Formats: sequence, structure tokens, C-alpha cells
Amino acid sequence: MNLANLFNNYEEAVAMILFGIGFSNLLLQKNLIKKIIGLNIMDTAVYLFLALKGYIEGRKAPIVVNGVQSVEAYINPIPSGLVLTGIVVSVSVTALMLSLTIRLYRRYHTLDLDEISTRLKKEGL
Amino acid sequence: MEFVQNFPFFSIILSLFAGPLCSILNGKWAKRVNLAVITIILAMSSAVLAFTLRTGDSYVYMMGHFPAPWGNEIRVGMLEALMAVFFCLIMLLCMIGGVLEREREIESTKQNLYYIMVNLLLSSLLALIYTNDLFTAYVFVEINTISACGLIMIRQNGRTFEAAIRYMIMSLLGSGMLLLGICFLYDLTGHLLMSNIKEQVAILNASGQYHMPLLITVGLISVGIAIKSALFPFHAWLPDAYGYSTLSSAAILSSLVSKGYIFLLVKIFYRVIGFDIVRDSKIINVLFVFGVIGMIMGSISAIKESNIRRMIAYSSVAQIGYIYMGFGFGTELGMIASLYHIISHAATKSLLFVAASGITDASGDSTDFFDLTGAGYRNKLAGIAFTVGALSMVGFPLFTGFISKLLFAQAAVDSYHKLLPALIALAVSTILNTVYFMKTVIRIYTPEKREVLAKKQYQVITMKDQKWKSAALVCFIAINLFFGLYSEPVVGLLERGLKIFA
Repeated sequence: MNLANLFNNYEEAVAMILFGIGFSNLLLQKNLIKKIIGLNIMDTAVYLFLALKGYIEGRKAPIVVNGVQSVEAYINPIPSGLVLTGIVVSVSVTALMLSLTIRLYRRYHTLDLDEISTRLKKEGL
Repeated sequence: MEFVQNFPFFSIILSLFAGPLCSILNGKWAKRVNLAVITIILAMSSAVLAFTLRTGDSYVYMMGHFPAPWGNEIRVGMLEALMAVFFCLIMLLCMIGGVLEREREIESTKQNLYYIMVNLLLSSLLALIYTNDLFTAYVFVEINTISACGLIMIRQNGRTFEAAIRYMIMSLLGSGMLLLGICFLYDLTGHLLMSNIKEQVAILNASGQYHMPLLITVGLISVGIAIKSALFPFHAWLPDAYGYSTLSSAAILSSLVSKGYIFLLVKIFYRVIGFDIVRDSKIINVLFVFGVIGMIMGSISAIKESNIRRMIAYSSVAQIGYIYMGFGFGTELGMIASLYHIISHAATKSLLFVAASGITDASGDSTDFFDLTGAGYRNKLAGIAFTVGALSMVGFPLFTGFISKLLFAQAAVDSYHKLLPALIALAVSTILNTVYFMKTVIRIYTPEKREVLAKKQYQVITMKDQKWKSAALVCFIAINLFFGLYSEPVVGLLERGLKIFA
């Protein structure tokens, strides 16, 4: 029965698997660029989940074009709004991470965070 | 509605707009604007605190003109107002205390950027304190993270860049989990306002429906915020970030940024999920265990450290452990002890950072432990201030650290199963605290040998040389004594605030 639930809601399962992939990449990768890619996968997985939960089959985005004003015809716009807000946040965070990576690369000519740490210990400050 | 009730909203929006304003000003004017903004917000928050004390109840402030389930809300009670007043006060003193360092360590063309970050940080802290909407809280958590990252990397050297990127990675892992938790809660309950979510969660809990998703949600949110506030195994970024950033940044980061997240967690426990459900979920036991381990491991790392700034930074790990241990009791007493420790740690840790910089100024800017010999005689006020901070951290009566330790011990006695581990951890951690803080105090009051002094030519610093820093230190000492001697009204206020908090 539980397995059947999993297959019925396979989209959500995919979102969670993607979240896991992104999370472990952000945590475990040594390469900074790969970490940032992990971050983006993780955030996108959450947005996929939200968008899925906000969608009801057969209904449209709540923009009245043909005069239909029934509540039944449209989906709730709030989850989509949350996704948009989240995307703005994740874009700015990604930009900040990339700029930091550029500064570190210019200084140490490597993207490997562990390598940077060992060099820092050697040079003192 | 009285005019005072608008002040929480005004203070958030004022600091939010002061940020962009600083980008078109030069460093000097940005500094003045920043100080003025913090002072105004301090005054406004005090008025709000007085108002909530008079009415004795919390009130809801509608943002825009949409009523409860649709609109965005601010909710203000005594606890929120007290935290806002206290955070503003500490931030003001940190900014005043670090003036010299900021001018020395930040490039002159980038001075104004620092104040943008500080204004945004203040606004996000206030929003985290006041907001009643979960998604707004998430957005401001991210603003808080970004501006804190800016504060770390404004002093440009390899260490701070590395610390900043480590801080970002850890924080983003935390906020990813927090965001997922919030999305789960939204799916389960269909609301984003905290009070509405709580009603629905209570219904779900009573019917037993969605038990597992609810449990996972509480876990995701707790762990996410624990990562962001540097609970023990997630503290790798912390010593570098606090140890090598400029003084005001280190003081603000250690005393305020992590506390903002912790306050949000308290709010989620009480106002979103309901504390009974959190207690029954056993999540708090996990927090308790990591808190206790953090108390001991943080102190051990601090003992091994020979750089004084990093030593104080590691001490923060231990103190965050105390706060999570208080949550772990799952009682009201434990929560009050934790809230008191948020205040007490913020007051003491910022004092220690500013005093330590005064001491290192008198030791040729060296942060190495052995170069500090006799520094207490070369900079008398900083020596006294550091001693006060150290005694407070150790838990000496008269100072605020003693009261929080006392409250923790009382809370431990109240909770049957956790009595023994909590008391043992408190005792061990106090001894370890004493080892590294008293070691440093003895070191700065050990007279340096004549020949070494003649060779190194340390500068003697009087109060006149560093007026601003001395003023900040005197205020910090006064705050420490105040919270140590007049703790009863504060504890009473926390108790009343917590009752109407949910």
C-alpha cells in the first residue's frame, strides 16, 4: 500500500530525490562550482515540490481572459508566488557564492576548498 | 489603535531603506546615518516595550489591508519588544566599539558598503523578531545570511574569504532544510500565518492524520535552524569567521546573528507547532544531546586555542550548546533559561570581543596568547572589561552569566530524566570555561619581564586614546552588572512574555 502511494505521487518522490542529490553535493563536493550546482539543484527541487502541490489537474493559472470567474476553474496562486520569491532568493545567493568563488580562485588558483584551507594554514593569514 | 503600535513596522522599514541610502553616501555619512538609524530604532523599540508592558498583552499589526488568513502580519508582545530593544542596544555598542578597527581594516572606498550590510542585518533581525508569517521569516533569514556574509568578507584577506564561503555553504544547507520544512507545513495546513498553522496542526495532531510528515517537518526546521546557528557539529566555519573579520562584525555575528535564528526557532516551537507537540516528538532530545556535547567540545577546542579571538569564538560554540540544552529540557523553565542565556551571552560575548581587541591593541596587534603578558596593565580599562566578561562567562555571582547558569540548573532539577546529564555537563563545562578564561586573565595580569618590554615597545593605551571603545566597554560592563544584579524583573518579563507568546 505504501509503495502504491509512492508510485501515485511519483512527482513528489522525484522532488525529494533531487533535494537529496543537491543537498549531498552542496555538503560533500570539494569543488566550489560543483557545490554551487548542488545548491541550485536543491533549491529547484523545493520549487518543483511547491509547484506540484499548487497544481490541480485541469485548472488554469488565475488570470481571467475569457470571463470565467468560477473559483473551480483556477488554481491557488500563492504557491506559484512562493516559488517566484524563492527563485529570487536563490539567484541572489548563487550570485554571491559565485563572486566569492571568483575571489578565492584569483587568490589561490584552485577551486578545491580543502586545498585552499591547507594553503591558508601554511601562509598564516 | 495607538500610534506606538506602528513602531515595529516603522523600525523594520527604516533600517531596510537606510541600507540602499548608504550606498550613495560616502563612508563618513553612511556611518552617521547608520548610528542614527540604530539609535532611533532603539528609542522606538523602547516605546513599544513600554506600551506592551502597559497593556500586558500582545497585539497583531496588519500589513496592508488584508485580514488574517490572506494578509501578512506582525505580532508584538513583551518578549519580542524586549529582544528588539536589547538587540539594538548591543548592535549600537558593537558599532561604537569597533570604529577604529573599521577605519583601519576596511578600504576607504568600501566603508559605506559595510553600513549597508549592517542596516540590512538590523532590519532582518527585527523582522525575524516581529513577523507572524512563516515565509516572510524565510526570506528575512536569507537576507540575514547574505548580510552576515558581507560583514565577514568586508575585511579582505584569504582567511575571511574562506570563512565566508564556509559560512555560506553551511547556512545554505540550513536554509534549504528550513525552506523544505516550511513548504511541508504549508502543504499540510494550507496556511502561512503562524497562528493559523497552529490551529490546523492541533487538529491534525488530535486526529493522528499525517503524523509522520509532521514529525519530519519539525525535524527539518529544527535541524535547519540548528545548522544556521552553529550548533556543535556544524560550527566549522565559526572560529575563522569570528576570529579574522573586523571587530564590529565579530561582535555582531557572535552576539546577534545566531540569536536571531534561535529566536525564530523558539517562535516556531511555540507559535507554529505548539510546544506540547514539539516535546512529544522527541526532537528536543536530539537538540539536548548535541547541546550537551557542544558545551563540552566547544570548551575543549577553546582550551587548545592560542589565538585569543579564536578562543572567544570557540567559547561561542559552547554557549550555543547551553541554549539548545535549555530547549532540550522541554519545560517552560528551560525555555526561560535559554532566553535569558540569549541575552546574557549576547551581552558578554560582545564585551569580550571588544575588550580583547583593546588588549591586543596594547600588545602590538598580536593575538597570540603569550604576547598578551601584562596587557592588563598597559590598557587598564580593557583589562578590567575582559576580566568582567571572563567572570561572567565562568558564572561568577554579580554578573549575568551566573544568573543564566542558575536558571539552567533550576530547569535541570525540574526535569527528571535529564537531571544528571545536564548537571554533569554544566559542572564540567564551567570548569573548562574557568580553565581557559582564568588562564587568559592571569596571563594579562602577569607582569612582563623588563627586557622583553624594552625590546617590543608596546604602546600604553589610556581611556583618552580610544574614547569610543572605552565608552562602549563601560556601557557593556554596566549591562553585564545590570542583568546580573537585577535579573528578577527580566526573568519575570520573560515569563510573562512567553505566556502570551504562543
